[in-house]
Amino acid sequence: MALGGFPALAGVDLVVRCGELVALRGANGTGKSTLLRLCAGLAPLTRGSAHVLGFDVARQRDVVRTMVGLLGHDNGLYADLTARENVEFVAQLVGAGTNDVESALDRLGIDSRVAAARAGALSAGQRRRTALAALVVRRARLWLLDEPHAGLDGQARAELDGILRDATRSGATVVYTTHELEVPGARIPRTITLSGGIVARDVESADPS
Amino acid sequence: MKTGTTTTRVLGIFALLITTWVVVSAFFLTPADVVQGDSVRIMYAHVPTAWIAYLAFVTTAVASGLSLVRKHRTLGFDRVAGASAEVGVLFMAMTLITGSLWGRLTWGTFWQWDPRLTTTLFLFVTYVGYLAIRRVDVDPVRRARRSSVIALLAVLEIPLVHFSVVLWRSLHQEASVLNTDGDVRLDDLMLFTLFSGVVAFTLIFVWLVVHRQRLAAMSDVERLVGLDVAITARRAESTVGGGGI
Amino acid sequence: MNAILAIARKDLRIEWRTRTLLARVIPFALLVLVLFAVALDSEPLLLRAAAGLVWLAMLFAAMLLVQRSFDVETADHALDSLMSFVSSPSKVFFGKALSMFVQLFALAVVLLGAAVVLYGARVDGDSVVLLVTVLITATIGLSVVGTLYGVVVANMSGRDSLLPLLALPVLAPLLIGAARATEAALGSDTIDLANGWAWVALLVSYAVVFGSAGAVAFAPLAQSDS
Repeated sequence: MALGGFPALAGVDLVVRCGELVALRGANGTGKSTLLRLCAGLAPLTRGSAHVLGFDVARQRDVVRTMVGLLGHDNGLYADLTARENVEFVAQLVGAGTNDVESALDRLGIDSRVAAARAGALSAGQRRRTALAALVVRRARLWLLDEPHAGLDGQARAELDGILRDATRSGATVVYTTHELEVPGARIPRTITLSGGIVARDVESADPS
Repeated sequence: MKTGTTTTRVLGIFALLITTWVVVSAFFLTPADVVQGDSVRIMYAHVPTAWIAYLAFVTTAVASGLSLVRKHRTLGFDRVAGASAEVGVLFMAMTLITGSLWGRLTWGTFWQWDPRLTTTLFLFVTYVGYLAIRRVDVDPVRRARRSSVIALLAVLEIPLVHFSVVLWRSLHQEASVLNTDGDVRLDDLMLFTLFSGVVAFTLIFVWLVVHRQRLAAMSDVERLVGLDVAITARRAESTVGGGGI
Repeated sequence: MNAILAIARKDLRIEWRTRTLLARVIPFALLVLVLFAVALDSEPLLLRAAAGLVWLAMLFAAMLLVQRSFDVETADHALDSLMSFVSSPSKVFFGKALSMFVQLFALAVVLLGAAVVLYGARVDGDSVVLLVTVLITATIGLSVVGTLYGVVVANMSGRDSLLPLLALPVLAPLLIGAARATEAALGSDTIDLANGWAWVALLVSYAVVFGSAGAVAFAPLAQSDS
């Protein structure tokens, strides 16, 4: 992809509606991460087009950037700041207030004890939540999460699923990737399976909430 | 695969012929200098190498600028910039070596902290750093962008270095030894030989850069093929793993 | 402006918590000054070289601080996420340069104090204005160039040796200017005060040139997209 020689995605034709929660499945190398990076304006489109909330990703990248929250394998936290300070830092940069910080921490179930701990000392699940709280504070409208379940234990996974469902209820659209073919116990409204750079399957469950 | 074409071969032959003429003329036909004697003959190598080094760094700067602006040709211009900087560092090393040998013979010392020498030395180190960062293995487009920015920053740096060194030296009253530099009287044959040297070295420079950047293009292609193989392997893996879908 | 201050405050808070400057960089720089004294072994020579040695130690210490400043950003890819939503990339550049300035200025004051104590340098009343101006302008230049080349090598393997190789030649004019102007301010016989102010002019243009270059070049250097 980098050399422009080999497209990581061959032909993906996909519409995700506002407020949807979508799981992108597929084994390693099927182009899931590339699709997310593409939607965030971080990977070049060799052909075709991509729109996020009505904005062209290639042409209006700066607008798209502010609306999209891409969370990769790393959380983008400063290990020597506390969880709250990390979220506050993001809040200061986007002009959000103290109330926004508190409500974001609250929504993600980060209690005051966790919020006052150094991010470097938190568990993987707590760090992921702190990173998601930063997305809430940024008012990111499209959450693109690359393997958000990786490194979390069973309970933390279930909690994360709950958090993502909550996020869609408050207006965010969430697309996340997973390389696992079945997520036990998770009720995901829509599952898209990528294979060889194309959409192999697109299933909407009958019970979307 | 080869990097030679008819054009480069013709170029190479011309470079060789003119270089032969310069060698013969510099050693046997041109007269020795009244003051400097035979040591003046170093000039025929020293001046052209310095000219090529500066030409190379200008080429690098221009190619880097183009690499940033012309997005669809980023990698092509970047290869030219890198090739030219490599040749430039080589010629600048030769400039410094021939210069200090000449200095030893005419001023009795290998090195003088004069503005021109000092600037040249910093320029040399700057491009050694530029080449070092090019060797760091990253995604080629990212490397192209990063090295282009560094090459353009070097363009900002050089006048500042030069200006500060001139100011630095002007406060000391010891720079006058270098005035002998301008005292060489050049007759027509000497001028013609010097000019031929510049032409010969320019041809060699072009020849080297063309070959070097073609080589870089080939290694990029090789890398791409390697990447293709890796992606195919990864996909094959995923088809096997995803058999249950 | 708020974003610049927020980024600088964040860096300084991390510094205060980890004490990299206080516990490692300041002792290192002082050690360099002591070692110079031992190596040169001549008091008149030391007095003559004091200004240059202080700034050389500043440059070495700046290399350590710059790397630390970007290690903090890249450890968990915080810079990538910061670049993705900050309203203007140049704010990240100026924010990080500002925190670098605060730390380097503190270091410069400590090192000049050490030069007075260890090398017997004198600071006269009439040259204090020049001295403070030199400290500020040279430290600004050092901060912007350090931040600019810090992002170049951020997250790169072998960055600890690449940073000095890239940044020190660029810092050469700053070293010459800062050392000469400081020498003038310390009441050296070789340079008078008026010449010192000429060097300040060079330091100001240096800071302006690389400050503007950094504001423009930071985005293409920091963004990880291709």
